[in-house]
Amino acid sequence: MLDQTRKPLVRVRDLKMHFPIHAGLLRRRVGEVKAVDGISFDVMEGETLGLVGESGCGKSTCGRAVLRLYDITSGEISIDGREIGALSQGKLRPIRPTMQMVFQDPQASLNPRMTVEAIIREPLDEHTKLSAAEKRDKVAELMDAVGLNRNFAKRYPHAFSGGQRQRIGIARALALNPKFIVCDEPIAALDVSIQAQVVNLLEDLQEQFGLTYLFISHDLSMVRHIATRVAVMYLGKIVELAPREALYRDPLHPYTKALLSAVPEPDPALARSTERVILKGDVPSPSNPPKACNFCTRCPAVMDICKQIDPEYQEVQPGRFVACHLHTDPTTTAG
Amino acid sequence: MPNVAAPVLDVQGLKTVFKTRGGEVHAVNDVSFSLKPGELLGVVGESGSGKSVTMMSLLGLLPSPPADIRRGTVMFDGKDLLKVKPQTLRAVRGGQIGFVFQDPMTSLNPVYTVGMQIMEPLRKHMGLRKAAARNRAGELLELVGIPDARRRLDDYPHQFSGGMRQRVMIAIALACDPKVLIADEPTTALDVTIQAQILDLMLELREKLGMAVIWITHDLGVIAGIADRVLVMYGGQIVEHAPVQDLFRDPQHPYTRALLKTIPTISGERAKRLTVIEGQPPLMMDAPASCPFRARCDVAFDRCARENPPRFDVGHGHDAACFYDARTGGPRNA
Repeated sequence: MLDQTRKPLVRVRDLKMHFPIHAGLLRRRVGEVKAVDGISFDVMEGETLGLVGESGCGKSTCGRAVLRLYDITSGEISIDGREIGALSQGKLRPIRPTMQMVFQDPQASLNPRMTVEAIIREPLDEHTKLSAAEKRDKVAELMDAVGLNRNFAKRYPHAFSGGQRQRIGIARALALNPKFIVCDEPIAALDVSIQAQVVNLLEDLQEQFGLTYLFISHDLSMVRHIATRVAVMYLGKIVELAPREALYRDPLHPYTKALLSAVPEPDPALARSTERVILKGDVPSPSNPPKACNFCTRCPAVMDICKQIDPEYQEVQPGRFVACHLHTDPTTTAG
Repeated sequence: MPNVAAPVLDVQGLKTVFKTRGGEVHAVNDVSFSLKPGELLGVVGESGSGKSVTMMSLLGLLPSPPADIRRGTVMFDGKDLLKVKPQTLRAVRGGQIGFVFQDPMTSLNPVYTVGMQIMEPLRKHMGLRKAAARNRAGELLELVGIPDARRRLDDYPHQFSGGMRQRVMIAIALACDPKVLIADEPTTALDVTIQAQILDLMLELREKLGMAVIWITHDLGVIAGIADRVLVMYGGQIVEHAPVQDLFRDPQHPYTRALLKTIPTISGERAKRLTVIEGQPPLMMDAPASCPFRARCDVAFDRCARENPPRFDVGHGHDAACFYDARTGGPRNA
């Protein structure tokens, strides 16, 4: 790793999350959707790891699987030194406070029949033995921390705007003093002028409480702003993982290159002069991925070997991981 | 491309109000713009800024009640679309004016084949026979870049991916050789690599067919790449209007300036901290008697609270609805 001073808080090895497909009269298992298919990464303490990719690439499934919201197919996940990959949901319960989640859609992730106070208090009810007065104080403190007016505690979610609702979701995630928060597209449903408010809030909270984030997003420019390191996913696998500056300046994997060149830049002169890499076709189905390299059907630099051998995900430069035959020594991958 | 030809579409003083139980919502306030033949006009704004309602109003697509188009004229092909009979308007919609909506999933009918849906406008508006319409539908699908187009006419929408469905929507909109194509956030629901494909296709088609396009989006990046001229909307009004280069190089309205500063980029300098536009967009429950951006503006002064600024011409086809003159750094003398 590039940054030797920090130790990993989250360590994921060869994580797989396959969902069965049932069909026919007897609902027999006829196949599986390989939503996450063998990914490995670390999240260092206090950093923000950005996880980017297009819809259906498995980035949200990955975030949920790391928090064990699913029973994973195989792999190891350790958070803060504890292996949780194979723990039962009952045994996970006491560990849950250290890891929390902020969801994409603040409309759907807040119960419309609960007041804001009740929503933020719920984790405290479940996991702590605080008195009613202590809980009320804690809720008010949390509302201050995320920039909500504490006088609105008795109001219902519908009385708040999208950005404010996302603040409620963030306050709820912070209630149990977590170390690790998975932010699953926290700004995707918000307007541009509101996005910046929420991103700045997340950064302030990270500094204040020493939080570690896994920031899942499809917005490459926002990830460049918030993330320390960035992982790019395609069809259930990480194709490239690198420190932010290196990834945006000099992407190694052809998919990362295409993805970055597809982002529309708010500069008319630049937008009209740069040559874009436009990918042909669509993402293959994760229930029937291509045989060798997942990207070989759309890759502009495809070679014969890509259709025969799946490239290994390996460190090609200090801190830079990539899974591509262009950057790995073919003799080692063949063996 | 900018030229001196008469506009194909000319909207003047459009005002649309929604009557709700909580009172009237002033969604579109005194919006005026024109569209020249063959030009691509970008319309940017956040949700609730009135950009979609403006386009729906001029095509008579809003249910009334609750919508009420109070004032304005929409001149198209020598007629005022707000005054013509419903059947005349029906002939224009989907015929000479085509449109593409944001979500290709909900705007295609799941129980009809894609072929039938492309053939529908061809038979209704152009009076083509079934065989001729089918032939033309195959050509259109080919035009929008769907592989194996003729065979796919018999497929249903769920057999297409999101990007493919949006191509089908574009094929339907193009069916009757429209003079004007209105595209309302057509790439917002798509992934960036698919968005890049669609943008590329649109530019190519415009070149080939020479129609005028109104492209509604909240993404300034998309606008920078494709538009000739841009309208910026806020609080139901046009706050700035400029050729695309001028808008990005020399924005005159504080909202445009703030918006350009808020968005992070993937190249160039990375800001330590994002610039924030504090506060919330206006609720528009009253007819605007003051500037709608005043509460969030960093250069607002007393006059902004008393009057709603008109659009001031700042030269070279550029105007901004602001009493503050960014070039002199003081109040405007008007």
